[in-house]
Amino acid sequence: MMNAIPLLDIRDLTVEFATRNGAVTAIERVSFAIGKGETVGVVGESGSGKSVTSYAVMRILDRAGRIAGGSIVFGGIGIDKAPEKVMTELRGREMSMVFQNPRAALNPIRAIGRQIEDVLIEHALAVRATAKKAAIEILRTVKIANPEERYHAYPFELSGGMCQRVVIAIALACRPQLLIADEPTTGLDVTTQKTVMDLMVELTRERGMSSLLITHDLGLAAAYCDRIVVMEKGKVVEQARTDSLFADPTHPYTKRLLRATPRLDSQIRDLLPEPRPAPAILPRGEPLLEIRDMVKEFPARNGSAAFRAVDGISFTVHQGESLGLVGESGCGKSTTSAMVMRLLDPTSGAIRFDGTDIAAIPAGRFARSPERGKLQMVFQDPTDSLNPRWSAFDSIADPMYRLAGMRRAEAREKIESLARLVGLPIDLLDRFPHQLSGGQKARVGIARAIALDPKLLILDEPTAALDVSVQAVVLNLLADLKVELGMSYLFISHDLNVVRLICDRVMVMRQGRIIEEGETESVLRAPADAYTRTLLEAIPHPPGHSTVHARPEPVA
Amino acid sequence: MTATADHSAPKAASQRNSFWRHFRYVLASNPVTALAFALFLLIVLAAVLGPALVPYDPLATNGARALQPPSWQHWFGTDHLGRDVFSRVVVATRLDLTISVAAVALSFVAGSVIGSLAGYYGGWTDRIVGRGLDTIMAFPLFVLAMGIVAAAGNTIENVIYATAIINLPFYARMARAEVNVRRNAGFVQAAKLSGNSDLRVLAMHIFPNSLPPMMVQISLNMGWAILNAAGLSFIGLGVRPPTPEWGIMVAEGANFIVSGEWWLALFPGAALMLAVFTFNLLGDGLRDLVDPQRRT
Repeated sequence: MMNAIPLLDIRDLTVEFATRNGAVTAIERVSFAIGKGETVGVVGESGSGKSVTSYAVMRILDRAGRIAGGSIVFGGIGIDKAPEKVMTELRGREMSMVFQNPRAALNPIRAIGRQIEDVLIEHALAVRATAKKAAIEILRTVKIANPEERYHAYPFELSGGMCQRVVIAIALACRPQLLIADEPTTGLDVTTQKTVMDLMVELTRERGMSSLLITHDLGLAAAYCDRIVVMEKGKVVEQARTDSLFADPTHPYTKRLLRATPRLDSQIRDLLPEPRPAPAILPRGEPLLEIRDMVKEFPARNGSAAFRAVDGISFTVHQGESLGLVGESGCGKSTTSAMVMRLLDPTSGAIRFDGTDIAAIPAGRFARSPERGKLQMVFQDPTDSLNPRWSAFDSIADPMYRLAGMRRAEAREKIESLARLVGLPIDLLDRFPHQLSGGQKARVGIARAIALDPKLLILDEPTAALDVSVQAVVLNLLADLKVELGMSYLFISHDLNVVRLICDRVMVMRQGRIIEEGETESVLRAPADAYTRTLLEAIPHPPGHSTVHARPEPVA
Repeated sequence: MTATADHSAPKAASQRNSFWRHFRYVLASNPVTALAFALFLLIVLAAVLGPALVPYDPLATNGARALQPPSWQHWFGTDHLGRDVFSRVVVATRLDLTISVAAVALSFVAGSVIGSLAGYYGGWTDRIVGRGLDTIMAFPLFVLAMGIVAAAGNTIENVIYATAIINLPFYARMARAEVNVRRNAGFVQAAKLSGNSDLRVLAMHIFPNSLPPMMVQISLNMGWAILNAAGLSFIGLGVRPPTPEWGIMVAEGANFIVSGEWWLALFPGAALMLAVFTFNLLGDGLRDLVDPQRRT
């Protein structure tokens, strides 16, 4: 597929950022090329420089960044030295970009149809009179139903997946030759991810466009890219055709990354670089948490009917068990966890925990209840869940001061042992959250949650914001802690692959109801419900060593 | 600043050390901030030590030396009663600074409490507080201050209260907005799980995070408060002659400008301007100081 002259040719590209402590090299001597009609994936963990590379190609580095060396040639034009005027012409018209957060990429106070028109008029592909028709036509190509009506919609009226389609529509409006997609589906549900990616691939193939997909998800890159470039710490460590990369990775970092990405058949210990014995299995004990007919209704607002976020669900978590709760955004899983956590009062239903009906204690007063310490939670976003003004030590110490009545001196010893338990270096305890890495913040969050030896830990997508290699370590840590401390887990996630590694049983939730429940292996192998099957099929998997040619054909 | 409540009191000495290192960094990185802090130090020194340092008694009259232009003997000249203008300008710093610091501290504390509660609890609390603040803001603020002082009695305390009341809505609104965006943050939920009551979550977790923008507001408000106090005494409310105060001095001096004795009004006016200027410049520096994200 590679032509003699590639569309985009990056050679020895080096980008530097000016910082407080002098210039920092963000990417160093990066070289790769994209042929006409080719889809290339750039894969790497946070800080690998994959986004910086794409910004350099678009020449939208922020003011502190500059191209310090190398060349970028796009269709015969030297982008690294092109004047800004040429770039303005190129951006949007010849190359365009789809960003990570579609809602942030759209202007919130302008109707989406207008935003498409702006691009068309700016690049002289339409005049005022014809723009509306053209914009509606473009909305139709990205498969937005009722484009005439949606033309007038504002971004907040559309779902995340719809917004991303509009962003794609804007990016493709001028029929560019190159589309750069920077984590286009992060934050979207798996089924939405599949439709958005399928749409993008379909449109780019149809038009013979080239595309550059930047992602941290090897499975996604495997499913949609012809070639993959692996980046680590600002350098390209390996690039190869997708099938050969998965069949025969050469660089140790690629191998590590491949290992850490959960596959259909991997066990939790397989994710780690070094083999370790599988975690012990706790015997299933007495019921610890029993939920009966729990309902949460949010009151009606301006005329609409009351909204039932959770519609009469019942389930039981036994001692020593891990129960997975899986569902897409808006299915009510977060509301369920907030009610079980007693941060929110259910409209009706019983929550029996360890023999007492804790639903009887109002959420406002539960903070001081003796049960509080036995029921803890690890939050989704490790950054958001730590107070930015408190050091790691203070965050971990907070529940000990408040619930166990400990003094600082007593707490120090316990906190240091907790830090050792979760693998957090002791000297990091005095740091503030912004001085810690994502994995370290996750460990602080876990240490805080287990500080009072809880019986039940709710894990709300604890690894969703982490890199795969860190996710592998954190998942293993959670599996070990469970055995060591004899805890039970309620694991909430949208990622069935991760749930499978941790959970004994799994429930699938949709529109406030539990639609399927059973042993993890049997649910995942033979799902009874059609929705569960859709969920499973939507997850992109990196091909296993034995199943190299199992790469799904993305064109619908 | 009396208002920067030190919530991290039990921190060890190393923490304090890092604060000073950070302070030096903030000053070094921005020369304007360094200038602002230098001027601020000068004003504070004048307020604390001024009365002990000035060459003349600010109240001593001397009919023989009335209305003398600036000279080596009287740097800023003398006024119509022969009092040394330089001494009066320096001595007045203490009173003007006290009024504005006290007023700003009061409005910061009261505004933060009211605004935080409104932002955290929302609903009726928010509505009542919001309409109350709107009522205050509906008046021309200086006229409201005049009314309060005139009604409550012509004393320095009442000038402070009046200044505090007209500044209160700015703090309350800002605190409300800053608290409101954080009330469902992950760390707030985590704090509840750690056994913190609602009020404790608000006071220890949410509110300290809204300090950086409040610092900017404080320094801007210090400037306004000084102007306001001077304005009130300019029209004869609050401080009364012969007490040295910038507003009165400008008011008294204004009558002499037409006859060519410009120094009576110019120098206290310039002092007032310098003080307002300093506090306005100070804002960004203060924000950088209390923002832990900038401490690396």
